[in-house]
Amino acid sequence: MSERPLAEPAAPLDLLDERLRRGAGLRSALTGILERIRSGDLGALPIIVGLLVIWTVFQALNPVFLSSTNLVNLLMESVSVGVIALGVVCVLLVGQIDLSVGSVSGLSAALTAVTFVEAGWPLPAAMAAAIGAGAAIGWIYAQMVTRLGVPSFVATLAGLLSFLGVQLWLLGDTGAVNLPYDSDLVHFAQLAFVPAWLSYVLVVLAAGWLFATGYTLARKRRAAGLSARSTRLLVVRSAGLLAALGFAVWYLNRARGIGWMFVCFVGLVLALNYALTRTGWGRSVFAVGGNAEAARRAGINVRRIYTGAFVLCSSLAALGGMLAAARLAAANQASGAGDVNLNAIAAAVIGGTSLFGGRGSAFAALLGILVIQSISSGLTLLDLDSSFRFIVTGLVLALAVALDSAARRSRASHGRA
Amino acid sequence: MTAVSTTGPVLSLRGVSKNFGAVAALTGVHLDVAPRQVVAIVGDNGAGKSTLVKILSGVHRPDTGSIVFGGREVTISGPADAHALGIATVFQDLALCENLDVVENLFLGRELRRGRLDEVTMELRSWELLRQLSAKIPSVRIPVASLSGGQRQTVAIARSLLGDPAVIILDEPTAALGVAQTAEVLHLIERLRDRGLGVIMISHSMEEVRAVADEVAVLRLGRNNGVFKAAEVSSQDIIAAIVGADALPHHPHRPHRGENRGDE
Repeated sequence: MSERPLAEPAAPLDLLDERLRRGAGLRSALTGILERIRSGDLGALPIIVGLLVIWTVFQALNPVFLSSTNLVNLLMESVSVGVIALGVVCVLLVGQIDLSVGSVSGLSAALTAVTFVEAGWPLPAAMAAAIGAGAAIGWIYAQMVTRLGVPSFVATLAGLLSFLGVQLWLLGDTGAVNLPYDSDLVHFAQLAFVPAWLSYVLVVLAAGWLFATGYTLARKRRAAGLSARSTRLLVVRSAGLLAALGFAVWYLNRARGIGWMFVCFVGLVLALNYALTRTGWGRSVFAVGGNAEAARRAGINVRRIYTGAFVLCSSLAALGGMLAAARLAAANQASGAGDVNLNAIAAAVIGGTSLFGGRGSAFAALLGILVIQSISSGLTLLDLDSSFRFIVTGLVLALAVALDSAARRSRASHGRA
Repeated sequence: MTAVSTTGPVLSLRGVSKNFGAVAALTGVHLDVAPRQVVAIVGDNGAGKSTLVKILSGVHRPDTGSIVFGGREVTISGPADAHALGIATVFQDLALCENLDVVENLFLGRELRRGRLDEVTMELRSWELLRQLSAKIPSVRIPVASLSGGQRQTVAIARSLLGDPAVIILDEPTAALGVAQTAEVLHLIERLRDRGLGVIMISHSMEEVRAVADEVAVLRLGRNNGVFKAAEVSSQDIIAAIVGADALPHHPHRPHRGENRGDE
């Protein structure tokens, strides 16, 4: 500190190096973003562009696609797999994989239905049992990976088969259990919508919160002599969020509005985002994903971080499966089968989570599932069957990974890693 | 001028031996490091340098002999012990997370306020530390992957300083570096000495050793083979000690070796 030149009071402590070309104002923020994109640090840009392209194409093919009613449905449909994808993000971040999320979600759906409907347990107990089973499965995977050294790919592939078997055994000969329509769970997943006035309040709160946190941080940084975002930039950013969310909510409110289930999903995304970016645990997750040996030497309990990621992933898969069953008002042999598994993993990857660990964010699950669900919804509206859906989703996944690899190379050559 | 310690050694090894099965990796090794002193450990492959580093950093425990730190005998039974005592080790592979930025790497595993990270204080302290080391790192908010080898070495050394150690061990700090970066790291080692640390440096390069070290301890086949004042010894003499004095047929300047390189 004593070496800080006092003669130049204007430059913040972290911008003193003459090799740096950036300031803290609105203008330099914009040029900074452009420069970042050019160097291959694309962030969420490709997904948002991709989403716009997908929406434009489907809207041109079928004008119903962008109608309020369809978008309301689209959001509701995206929640269950989105929650599963959120868990997948966690295991991908530590550089592992869970291929069994579909089976675990199906098992959870069956377990919820069987305990709640057939055994007559109270709903909270049934739900807790399902999520507890998910957590236990994640713990078993973690033990196999960390103690026995089984690759997570194989451990979870074994789990995929075994838990599919358990699901079928639980459902018995009939192969399906219906959930009563008047239960809270089904109501939550099908009919619970946020009142219009409350949705606007939430939008204002979100924008205000974004500004407040940004402003507090900027003030603290300035007080400490570091560079900070200008207040003008913060205002513009919050106003942008306010306008975008406000429009979206207004548009959705022309139909049934926003489901509570979707709001809860967004809440989960925000919570995980906080945990990943603002806590020591999150830092450890990224460190383990980036270089597990370095993390171990830095005193991080790598085994515990792996365990946490697997437990979180399987628990979220169980929650997602439960929500899927609630949405369908039934658990059957097809719960969690078919494309659920790969959609969840694809959503995480399309959203920008690296398959090699250490890179990604909670928002990847949200953005990725919106892409996948848009494709699915658009093709359904065109009366095209699942064969096309598989093909298109597969192509988008390939495109997303190719784009990510290209961007990674560009980042490396521009020194951004 | 070579720094002369007034307080005696901060870290001493007394007759340390370590066997791996039938192989005696270290036999009765002595080593003293004083504050404000750079001790270079040199030796051929298999001389026991790595074993010595691992004993000091708590990876291995010595079979016999004792370690005296700060005037009292200590046992180092794990990396955490070494840390707690104030012995920091920077291994050759640096152990940095390339996907994390400089601040995140510096504070990895000991973040401030783990429930709600105190990024501002961490960034501020990172700058302080790097400025003290005159580190040439343009921004602490760029991923370590985009730094040069010398800058990474700087980050790794800065990280080991966060625990406020008394002794820092550098395992071949310049092995993978170019000319300019090597100079940067050697300069950094001098700064560490100026801060009052005892520095143990493993190196293969005679030039570097003579440029930066105060003392040169030679290991040969797991035994001490001479401790030299770096300012008074020629590279040839060090090499002779490394390969075994008798192996080298002649020493043209042997009688006058102190005069080859006068004190500055």
